[in-house]
Amino acid sequence: MSILVDERTRLAVAGITGREGSFHTLNNRRYGTNVVGGVTPGKGGQDVEGIPVFDSWAQAMTDAQPNTAMIFVPPRFAADSILEAAAAGVELVIAITEGIPAHDELRVYNTLKRDHPGTRLIGPNCPGILSPGKANVGIIPASFFKEGNVGVVSRSGTLTYQIGNEIARAGFGCSTIVGIGGDPVPGSSFVDVLELFAADEQTELIVLSGEIGGSAEEEAAEYIAEHVSKPVVAYIAGFTAPAGKQMGHAGAIVSGSAGTAAAKARALEERGVRVGRTPTEAAEIAVEVLGGASVSAP
Amino acid sequence: MDLLEYQGKELFARHGLRVSSGKAVTTVDGAVEAAGEVGYPVVVKAQVLIGGRGKAGGVKLAADESEVRTHAQNILGMDIHGHTVRTLWIEHASDIATEYYASVLLDRSAKKPLVMFSVEGGVDIEQVAEESPEKLIRHHVDPLEGLSHEEAAGIATEGGADADVVEGVADALVALYEVWLQEDATLAEINPLIVTPEREVKALDAKVSLDGNALYRHPENQSLADSENEDPLERRAKEEGVQYVKLDGDIGILGNGAGLVMSTLDVVAQAGGSPANFLDAGGGSDAEKIKQAVELILANDAVKAVLFNIFGGITRGDEVARGLIAAFDDIGAGGKSIPFVVRLDGTNDVEGRRLLQEAALPNVHAAETMNEAAEMVVALAAGDSVGAQA
Repeated sequence: MSILVDERTRLAVAGITGREGSFHTLNNRRYGTNVVGGVTPGKGGQDVEGIPVFDSWAQAMTDAQPNTAMIFVPPRFAADSILEAAAAGVELVIAITEGIPAHDELRVYNTLKRDHPGTRLIGPNCPGILSPGKANVGIIPASFFKEGNVGVVSRSGTLTYQIGNEIARAGFGCSTIVGIGGDPVPGSSFVDVLELFAADEQTELIVLSGEIGGSAEEEAAEYIAEHVSKPVVAYIAGFTAPAGKQMGHAGAIVSGSAGTAAAKARALEERGVRVGRTPTEAAEIAVEVLGGASVSAP
Repeated sequence: MDLLEYQGKELFARHGLRVSSGKAVTTVDGAVEAAGEVGYPVVVKAQVLIGGRGKAGGVKLAADESEVRTHAQNILGMDIHGHTVRTLWIEHASDIATEYYASVLLDRSAKKPLVMFSVEGGVDIEQVAEESPEKLIRHHVDPLEGLSHEEAAGIATEGGADADVVEGVADALVALYEVWLQEDATLAEINPLIVTPEREVKALDAKVSLDGNALYRHPENQSLADSENEDPLERRAKEEGVQYVKLDGDIGILGNGAGLVMSTLDVVAQAGGSPANFLDAGGGSDAEKIKQAVELILANDAVKAVLFNIFGGITRGDEVARGLIAAFDDIGAGGKSIPFVVRLDGTNDVEGRRLLQEAALPNVHAAETMNEAAEMVVALAAGDSVGAQA
């Protein structure tokens, strides 16, 4: 197994005709992802290297039956594209777009919940999802990862590569790598993805990479204590970030005394999650736990 | 994007919230003139993006022209917790019977707008939340429905507002919600929301944060950024489209990806160093953008050493190397004899390292890992020498 994307993925891409959209779509197809179409209003009937382009998500659904949508359109069109894909019945929407207004994200989150509870949104402002050896949807550089038993969930793209690569160098692979994105209102939070990893047979250890801002890590800590029996190793970025300053990600901001890295690390440690002080240390802890598991196995 | 009090009040007025008449000024003479226009007594208020200005002496009541002159002279140029006062808000003084608190914000945890109301206004609301949470009403709004007047009146009643002003408070809450919604704010706060002896409900202060990602919908709000009080380097970075935050240390940092850069700051601090900035060169940076970023980092005179921490995904190691080489060629980055430590991993890392080695830039050192890079740059900033020239 693995979670969210695999051999059964049928991907369609909003913004496939754009420069970045086409580049990454073709990259994903080269990896083996089944790309069944693209959506660009006004460009229906064209194709991108053989991938048919449709005018709307409804049309894409009728003709190509995608079960996964990737959103690559500019911020001002992204919210409507996500909702249109959901209305057409797409089960998983992965939004790469960065810079979507927070109020749009709020509207999307609450509309999905009310009108399209069958659709799961990952992102926006995320690098996508990779299940090594099976499918890659997004911009994660797949060459650094191989198939294995570590599930990774992260608010940051490059930090995921940093930690995942160190685990790979130690000889371990990943079941799935999920980037949930750095925005204030992500479609899915740590808890949503932890739930999937906890139920996934392939995943034996989970790496959670968080950062300052909001309380998703604290909520994850509570969830892990109550519902996750698999080992979880965490890393939190932003200990030196000053309050009130947005650190790159729209959601990475300490507001007053809320959302500090120290409070997040403490919440996780108090519930038995080991937290690495550096990305390297987090990877080392993961490798240590995995090594221990294989030694004690019969 | 945080707004100054007077800018927030302009937005309030736009959506029907009652505020006192006033005027923003930048000179003592301007203050005197404004006071004459709004009518005595007036309040002279420092406009800074930081709390605690009252205690710092930045808010003063003036009964006549000479008092306005004295207070304006004292407050203009005053340093309030690191923020220089360049603008004053001269407002007609209000008579206050009662002070309440009201705010609307984006609750990231609940993923809903949160309306908060308390009859304990005029004090630090975090303290009220801590010491007497029952006095702070927290009410989540369905963002697809909005806040109705009836709902708002319920919040006011539940919070213990005086019965004769429940309607007035409800009007204020609905208007505040409209400010939050229509202006794409992440926070709209009034503390205090006052009731006058005439039982009028008014916003005496305003704290508004706007979502920078939504500014394209609000061209009229673009100019509200407090550019005068903004750090000049941060302003330049914004104009160049670079994610840059100035910090207090002496080690310049460049990385790709917000998470990795935040992590790099932490690892440098753990190694005993002090970062001079956060700089995310972003995904897919080309040589030109890297060069620009180097210029920005070196424009901060405090920088004694620079760390490049790159894990290439979309960003290619060879482009980063070319950018650094171009920075040395074009702007003489090496001329300032500031040492660089470069850690390149990921896409095209081998090519990038080869380019740097061939260029043999003076005082550029290669590091194998992030932790090693941090230790090297901390030693170099302290004036120690390290091995391994790139």
